[in-house]
Amino acid sequence: MSKLALREVTCRFGAFTAVDRATLALARGEFVSLLGPSGCGKTTTLRMIAGFLDPTEGTIELDGRAISAPGHSLPPEKRGMSMIFQSYAIWPNMTVAENVGFGLEVRRLPRLEIRDKVDRILDVVRMRHLRDRYPAELSGGQQQRVALARAIVVQPDVLLLDEPLSNLDANLREEMRYEIRRLHDEFHITTVYVTHDQAEAMVTSDRIAVMNAGRIEQVDEPRALYARPRTRFVAGFIGRTNFLEAEVRGDDVTFDGFAIPRARFADGAALGGRLTFSLRPQSVHLHRQPPPASDRAALLPGRVVQRAYLGEHWDYAVRPKDGALLLRVTARPHEVFEVDESVWLELDARQMAPIAD
Amino acid sequence: MDRSRLVWLLFVALLLVLVVNPLARLFWVSFQDPDSGALTLTNYLTAFGRWRYIEALVNSLVVGLAVGALCVVFGVPMAWAVSRTDMPGKGLVWAAILGTFIVPNYLGAVAWILLAGPNAGWLNRVWMALTGAAAGPFNIYSMAGLVLVIATYSYPYVFVFTRGALDLISSEMDDAATTLGAGVVRRTLRITLPLTLPAILAAFIVAFLEAIALFGVPALIALPGRFQVMTTMLWQFFEFPPKVEVAAAYSMPLLAITVALFWLQRRIIARKGYVALTGKGGERRLIRLGRWRWPMLAWCLVVTALSFFMPMVVVLQAAFAKAWGRGFSLDNLTLRNVSFVLFDQRATQTAAWHTFVYGGAAALIALAVALAIAYVAHRRLVPFSSGLTYVAMAPFVIPGIVLAIGFYAAYTRQPLVLYGTAWILILAFATRFLPIAYANSDAAIRAINPELEDAVRILGGSRALALRRVVTPLLQRGLAGAFILVFIPATRELSSAIFLYTTGTQVLSVLLFDKSDEGNFELLSSIGLVLVVVTVALVMVGFRVIGRDFMLRRTSTGVGA
Repeated sequence: MSKLALREVTCRFGAFTAVDRATLALARGEFVSLLGPSGCGKTTTLRMIAGFLDPTEGTIELDGRAISAPGHSLPPEKRGMSMIFQSYAIWPNMTVAENVGFGLEVRRLPRLEIRDKVDRILDVVRMRHLRDRYPAELSGGQQQRVALARAIVVQPDVLLLDEPLSNLDANLREEMRYEIRRLHDEFHITTVYVTHDQAEAMVTSDRIAVMNAGRIEQVDEPRALYARPRTRFVAGFIGRTNFLEAEVRGDDVTFDGFAIPRARFADGAALGGRLTFSLRPQSVHLHRQPPPASDRAALLPGRVVQRAYLGEHWDYAVRPKDGALLLRVTARPHEVFEVDESVWLELDARQMAPIAD
Repeated sequence: MDRSRLVWLLFVALLLVLVVNPLARLFWVSFQDPDSGALTLTNYLTAFGRWRYIEALVNSLVVGLAVGALCVVFGVPMAWAVSRTDMPGKGLVWAAILGTFIVPNYLGAVAWILLAGPNAGWLNRVWMALTGAAAGPFNIYSMAGLVLVIATYSYPYVFVFTRGALDLISSEMDDAATTLGAGVVRRTLRITLPLTLPAILAAFIVAFLEAIALFGVPALIALPGRFQVMTTMLWQFFEFPPKVEVAAAYSMPLLAITVALFWLQRRIIARKGYVALTGKGGERRLIRLGRWRWPMLAWCLVVTALSFFMPMVVVLQAAFAKAWGRGFSLDNLTLRNVSFVLFDQRATQTAAWHTFVYGGAAALIALAVALAIAYVAHRRLVPFSSGLTYVAMAPFVIPGIVLAIGFYAAYTRQPLVLYGTAWILILAFATRFLPIAYANSDAAIRAINPELEDAVRILGGSRALALRRVVTPLLQRGLAGAFILVFIPATRELSSAIFLYTTGTQVLSVLLFDKSDEGNFELLSSIGLVLVVVTVALVMVGFRVIGRDFMLRRTSTGVGA
């Protein structure tokens, strides 16, 4: 049985549908991200899980028991969850220790035990030496750690995080991603993490649910999501990609200007009709001389149209000789080609993912 | 449905008692026959059926316009000087303007009677001594006198508004004009002035409305001068036997003008295109006045002399004089008046006590209601939450005297008879200054991120716990300030008190007004002085709690909200 389950959850504000029949199930101890652009409904979904919002339709279950349903939802204080807010919501009138101990106090733990637990969790987030400070005296990253400690110390059934890193600067943000994952590996709390940053989701999550316009488009492990996006939105939102229109004709898949035998594709037998493939810029290789032929790759001649050096890699735009395609290709820093140079493009059919529009 | 909703609904009900019911009653009785209770237009025919009544209305409008104009003349140059120039003595000017705010306007009227009363007034005596003339030229009991006195106590509005606007205009805008070859005069006239114009217009409207709604000053000056304005006319309708229905009908134009002009004022302030008023201040450099520094300072000192220094001197003199007419000699000095007010007379002691208790209670009630409503409105805890904001701010556009008539109409009869008790005064004060409390509460609640409360709830705490442990501690500082801001005007309120007090519920302002008939200016000045000392003490506390400029902010008056 899953720990937390959303079943066809819908939330409407007037005529606007913020969340549209979202279905998602988390196993005990699983870390799942809700990833999507702003306004896609991810925060609304999280607030429904927390109990701050009632779903218009559908149910949310915790350990098989319905906690949210239209009209009769359990209030947030009765859910045994904890949450980290975008603003951190550290209470400015309480010290670090008081903030962290608050949830334990509400649970009526003995004073000494609270003290003990607070100190232990502050050790974990490396904040013990600041236990008697007030939040105004802390940096953004330190406030973030207090928020983490406060949420974890109560050993919640489910931990919810709402864009917790969006107010930090870039370096700190990267550090905190790993911190959040480290804490998860230590405490194994079932976690739902809302973010619009794909790198954040990929670093922290076991699985990622990509949301767009109120719908969950795909739920998968980070690698699968990148390698096998199932919709145009997911392919475009997670990393950069090339979209290639194609049609299956007999044993070949024909593209604009070239064709690849159907058998070379990962799921070749299942392909049919008109379709679109997503091809990552990393999955295309450039060569000066035609490389030895393999039975997986397709080779086509082309010409470099544009290039940009980005330090960690090159960005090339290459036009195959036949057809009107323009492919984005990422190459390693030493793979230098001039604009207008003739090159050979090596396309790996197994890394081309058919997507639904 | 959670139980806390009952608490919120209770506060909403209280808001209805304070604001909606008195106003509804006011409308209702204005169309009601006093004897039969039937619907009628007779009250309106009576109220506007005589030239005397119409004339009072016209007088009010004339006074309002003249006061507004004079306030602009007084206040705008001062605001410009303090905000934009290197004029010396800014601290002194600043203090004098704060002092002007602190002196109750009816005490100012008493002071001006001492200064410019026909023959006996100080200015007339100085004139006679200097010229040898048999009579002085000044007569405060005149239309001009009335306008002058009201203007000296209203120009701080213009000052505060204009200065607020000027403070937001960055020097870069001036610089932009300078690079195009414009000099100081052209820059001031073409850039600075147009940018501040909306604020000045808004302040003009506030001064106008203040002038037509004022009761104390006209009662002290117009009545002896044998002319009437709307507010004194309303008072006469209330002389025994009170004609509430006619008064209600007569107050309608006053209410209509006020509502319309406040609407206009909001429109002017909110007008787009004046981005400078919403943008950040940017860098500001002071304009060097050169040899014009001293004339500028002189102007500021003349205005503050009229509004603060001269009145305070004569009030102090009278309060400590055996007979104020005998002048400033040592043998005329006595503590008898003040000790009489404070210790000997039961009536003044009781009134002083009432002033504090009523003011304090009113401030507490206003604050509690304002906070609850602001919270409900921001967190959308009941249906139509946002409409509550308008109701809470509505008393701001109701002249005190009209509000008093509404309270009288609503609470002298069943089911809720408050007339004759202290409660009618307390609730009327609370209602009158509810907008100040609301503006401050709203700002305070707005500053609290709802996620702070969400964090309590997700960790297992109820909304009540969130209010107790997080919201209340965070509000405390702001609320102490808001309390003082309501308490100060409540301790000196006259225009609504004068309609609602009974013999057992006098407050100092009413007492002062009552005693003005007797011509005992030494006693009047002493009572006024007690009020001023009290206010100063409160302002000092306010400085500590909120900061130096708390009286001169827009939220202090509720105007900016």
